[in-house]
Amino acid sequence: MAFVQNLPFISIILSLFSGPLSSILDGKKAKWLNLAVITAVGAMSAAVLVFVIGSGEPYVYMMGHFPAPWGNEIRVGTLEASMAVFFCLIMFLCMVGGSRERAIELEASKENLYYVMVDLLLCSLLALIYTNDLFTAYVFVEINTISACGLIMIRQNGRTIEAATRYMIMSLVGSGLFLLGICFLYDLTGHLLMSNIQEQVKLLHETGEYHIPLLVSVSLMSVGLAIKSALYPFHAWLPDAYGYSTLSSAAILSSLVSKGYIFLLVKIFYRVIGFDIVRDSKVINVLFVFGIVGMILGSVDAIRESNIRRMIAYSSVAQIGYIYMGLGLGTTAGVIASIYHIVSHAATKSLLFVAASGLTDASGDSTDFFDLTGAGFRNKLAGAAFTVGSLSMVGFPMFAGFISKILFAQAGVESDHKMFLTLVALAISTILNAVYFMKTVIRIYTPIHRTGLPKKNFEVVRAGQQPAKSFAMVCFIILNLVLGLSSEPIIRLFENGLKMFA
Amino acid sequence: MNLANLLNNYEEAVAMILFGIGFSNLLLQKNLIKKIIGLNIMDTAMYLFLALKGYVEGRKAPIVVDGVQSVKAYINPIPSGLVLTGIVVSVSVSALMLSLTIRLYRRYHTLDLDEITTQLKKEGL
Repeated sequence: MAFVQNLPFISIILSLFSGPLSSILDGKKAKWLNLAVITAVGAMSAAVLVFVIGSGEPYVYMMGHFPAPWGNEIRVGTLEASMAVFFCLIMFLCMVGGSRERAIELEASKENLYYVMVDLLLCSLLALIYTNDLFTAYVFVEINTISACGLIMIRQNGRTIEAATRYMIMSLVGSGLFLLGICFLYDLTGHLLMSNIQEQVKLLHETGEYHIPLLVSVSLMSVGLAIKSALYPFHAWLPDAYGYSTLSSAAILSSLVSKGYIFLLVKIFYRVIGFDIVRDSKVINVLFVFGIVGMILGSVDAIRESNIRRMIAYSSVAQIGYIYMGLGLGTTAGVIASIYHIVSHAATKSLLFVAASGLTDASGDSTDFFDLTGAGFRNKLAGAAFTVGSLSMVGFPMFAGFISKILFAQAGVESDHKMFLTLVALAISTILNAVYFMKTVIRIYTPIHRTGLPKKNFEVVRAGQQPAKSFAMVCFIILNLVLGLSSEPIIRLFENGLKMFA
Repeated sequence: MNLANLLNNYEEAVAMILFGIGFSNLLLQKNLIKKIIGLNIMDTAMYLFLALKGYVEGRKAPIVVDGVQSVKAYINPIPSGLVLTGIVVSVSVSALMLSLTIRLYRRYHTLDLDEITTQLKKEGL
């Protein structure tokens, strides 16, 4: 066995142990440790990715010395490795971009605790990506929830505590259902390892035995994970949690935490149940309908919102809807589109959060829509970044969002029954997206003296004044352009990864 | 026939009823403490279900005493392991929920989540 094959395990353990270590360091050191760990994990995942692409097949890593049906396993293919690299990249940029806000908004004595949460979050995301064991997945889903809750509530005000409570309640409902689904599946198949479960599920499907319990189990797991990733009717906690927590938290939560659950769901569909059986079970039709409802109503909520950060948060609800719609199409093309959208939405949404905070810095820290008038002139880089992010979300060519939209549309056309609904929903949702994002872009580029609003003396922020945030914004813009302009190899990578997945 | 199935598996049925009770309490109660109680009922129902799945009538706990090593003498230990893991998870989320509740109570002097939301809107933060 090559040494590289150990790296997924080492990266999980490294991020797991850096958490407790951060709790005894002071804030500054914990911050550097955190950045170092994210960089190291990203580099290791990249090495694993190169290795898996080279060998052309996934490998199974045995944890401990017990072979397959008893022991715990990690399974790595190109899709897993590329997701790990990408998550590390986004998390690094979110942490860099929000460092100034963290210094202002967090109590100095609690700063190191923030990094404990981020390290644990990274650990649980990696474990969700790599694990081949359903119960391990459940445990890390809970760790993910707890650390995400910590990220929300570390900035102490009434809103964040209330949002964290609502988030916990919704998440616990979701994980209760998910656990019940796993228990049913264990009861039916007698296994916890994903590949072993799939063999048994295939047998059950062929003989037609236990059809209903299997159906119940699949739907419980899907609904549980859908609730946890804030699919439309379950999003009540989301705007407050994203709108009032500190910048890095909002960016990480919107771009990574919910995506980890969705990735796990894709994994359950492909590796645990088998996608054909899931398609026959009609569970995905429910996800499809909720996804479409979310795409439209999430955008409507965003239009009505006058707080820019809450507006971006509502936009996340719509984008999660897109991802579930892609899963609900029930074709491989749809799932690829969803995975691409996971990536492009993560790159764009974190850019929007960072850029919005740059704009509010130049507007006296007000997040109100009208106070942002002309903010694009006062903070030029943030204005440009926000424009890029908005165009990407709307689906303007050249940017990441365009590619995922076109993939969704292509997948929709290929699907038999759902073509009409998919295309109509895409069209409506795109127009609604354009309404609120373009409205904001026009607002930030309207000179304040032309509007008749009372003139306030907001300070001008130059890119050099906030080097960390500027660096993050430039990187995010480049990432968006890369995802938008050279999407071919990335899509091919995901396609191959998905083939290795089953 | 279905009813006979239900009666034969009445333990599982009880576990599911308990799960329903806990689940609806967690979702529908306004009082935060009652929500947490609901959460704990829900988790405990899961442990009951898992423990039932591992139990084989007439066999003993899987601890080797008196040198009996035959597999047929013991129950399936894996569900018990899962229950232990589940308990750890449930303890930590309950603790976190309780600490959040304390924070909210100190700030707003109520345990009613809707009431807290109304007060927040008045604060206009």
